[in-house]
Amino acid sequence: MAYLLLLFPLTMAAAAFAVPSDRWRPRLLPLGAAGHLCLVLYALFASPQPVTGLWGWLYLDALDKVVLGFQSLLFLLCAWYAAGYLPLRSNRTNRVFCACLFAVSTTMTLVCLSHHLGLMWVGMEATTLASAPMLYFNHNSRSLEATWKYLLIGSVGIALALLGSFFLAYSALQSGLQSTLFFDELVREVPQLSAPWLHAAFVLLFVGYGTKMGLAPMHTWKPDAYGEAPGVVGTLLAGGVTSCAFLAILRVYQIIRASSEAAFARELMIFMGLLSMACAAVFMVRQRDFKRMLAYSSVEHMGILVLGIGIGGLAAYGALLHLINNGLTKAVLFLSAGNIHRAYGSKLTDQVCGAMGRVPISGALFLAGFLAITGAPPFGPFVSEFTIISATFAGGHYVAGALFLVLLAAVFIGMGATVLAVVQGTPSESTASTSYRDRFATVAPILAALLLALLLGLWIPAPLENLLREAARFLENPR
Amino acid sequence: MAQILDPLLILALALNFYALGVSRIRAVIDAVALQGMLLGLAPLVCHTGTGVRGLLLVVVTVVLKGVVIPRLLVRAMREANIQHEVSPYVGHMASLFLGAIGTGLALAFSFALPVADAHAGLLIVPASLATVWTGFLLLTTRRKAITQVLGYLVLENGIFLFGLLLLEAVPFLVEIGVLLDLFTGVFVMGIIIHQISRSFASISTEHLTELREQLPEMQE
Repeated sequence: MAYLLLLFPLTMAAAAFAVPSDRWRPRLLPLGAAGHLCLVLYALFASPQPVTGLWGWLYLDALDKVVLGFQSLLFLLCAWYAAGYLPLRSNRTNRVFCACLFAVSTTMTLVCLSHHLGLMWVGMEATTLASAPMLYFNHNSRSLEATWKYLLIGSVGIALALLGSFFLAYSALQSGLQSTLFFDELVREVPQLSAPWLHAAFVLLFVGYGTKMGLAPMHTWKPDAYGEAPGVVGTLLAGGVTSCAFLAILRVYQIIRASSEAAFARELMIFMGLLSMACAAVFMVRQRDFKRMLAYSSVEHMGILVLGIGIGGLAAYGALLHLINNGLTKAVLFLSAGNIHRAYGSKLTDQVCGAMGRVPISGALFLAGFLAITGAPPFGPFVSEFTIISATFAGGHYVAGALFLVLLAAVFIGMGATVLAVVQGTPSESTASTSYRDRFATVAPILAALLLALLLGLWIPAPLENLLREAARFLENPR
Repeated sequence: MAQILDPLLILALALNFYALGVSRIRAVIDAVALQGMLLGLAPLVCHTGTGVRGLLLVVVTVVLKGVVIPRLLVRAMREANIQHEVSPYVGHMASLFLGAIGTGLALAFSFALPVADAHAGLLIVPASLATVWTGFLLLTTRRKAITQVLGYLVLENGIFLFGLLLLEAVPFLVEIGVLLDLFTGVFVMGIIIHQISRSFASISTEHLTELREQLPEMQE
């Protein structure tokens, strides 16, 4: 089963690369993504025996299930949208783009399945390499610059994570134990490992994978990458790849939790979470580029995720739920922003206004997405953010809780000004116009994502609830 | 093995300073290539019973770091007509000074980290940390894209050096880590340098400054 989960998207990548027609190739995307989701659903809920492979190097545990299931669903939404979007860009071949989409899906699946710190590292490195060509889709100097920053900063982050993995392995060697990088063995052995090495390893791994996740102050690649890439790539990075990096951090946290360094790790996570939120709030004020604004929103929500884990208990459950809610809402925002960008040929608020009139559905979805992501009920992010906040106060972290609320309000105001400038008003004569108007193929996937985010705000289906509870329990008690 | 390894490491440290101090890019490329080759050979010194896999790793790293990558970089320089000066944001004296401070801190920090008995008295940990620090300096204080690639390579050398301690314990991680990092270095950065030189006619990252936060405009 584990092999099938990996080989299927890989085969689809090869197939997409082999298909000669630019018109037919995008139609493979939703097909392949739906197939992958079916396989994942079977692995999550119906598989009679545990999903495992490669002599234990691949293993699907409770935490992996949440991330794997979510990234597969998100990939289906992206693929569905891309099938409608790529024909609009018929002036450019989409061979590499389609193949890379499937390749990224493969590498994300690998990160979720790997049960070994080294293999997980390989998977993260591979996501960076596989996603870089998609950033360069527009082939202009701006997208080249964004790709360059993404690769350079991402590679340095991944290199630091490798050094951190080395430190972790060495901490066992130094204590006279057999070096291992299997998660379950590390969790078992960690109380006997050498504390100074563990301490240094956690910092390096957190900073390294935090760079991939886009936590401040290692977030500098994000505004450029999300600003220049097509909306569908932004969605996949902001919802999928960053979730995988978050999973990597959760793994490291699980290991460190069993050691004497646990308190330090939690404090660091709370601090970095609040720092990311503050940094995002500052840069969102008077932001004129609405795609860059979304990148800062992603920085903010990555901060919320890490903060939730640092607080622990109910907040950890909230963070896992928020992973899903944030990803779905980001899909709404990035994809509708992509449509608006297409309709105006610009992503600056000086040139874009009155989106409600020109592309009514995309404009409305963009506005709804903004309300959802800033925590307005009844959407999903409200529930998860509320869970995290109440757990923060219940845990006695009053300062962190108060800062959290203030920063949420600041983000709401900063983001609101930009979003309203985009959707309201009437376009003046001088506003450039393109032939793009809303159509079913580019609007339906966004609507589906919004409905899912709304559903999660009103009612969490029992199987998902079980999955989340199991994952939160496993996160804090991995043995 | 300390008799052979220590001079090797000291040479690698000296190359760190050389790379920080010289002003011609060609010299930095040569220094990084030499450092990569020296460290690539180190597993032979460290481990008496190097198997076929170990030998393969040595051959691959030496060939890639010593021959392939430097050639790629020199070619990129020639084709893009890059000027031969490093043009740092931070002057050479200041970078040397920062490098010295970093090396001192690396020594101090490595005393706080207990090492296994088999590795007691070796310079590997401080040398590795100092090299990682030098890589960071080159990455952050140099203007041109090509020197940033060189910084990444030095950073990678430092990580490889630490990997020497683990080559017997977790060979898979060290081998795959080193090779994948090199893969990133060679292919992607090679391609990017090629593309940057085509689009901008020079590969200074100063051209890569279009994307940044624009300050809100003043009221007119």
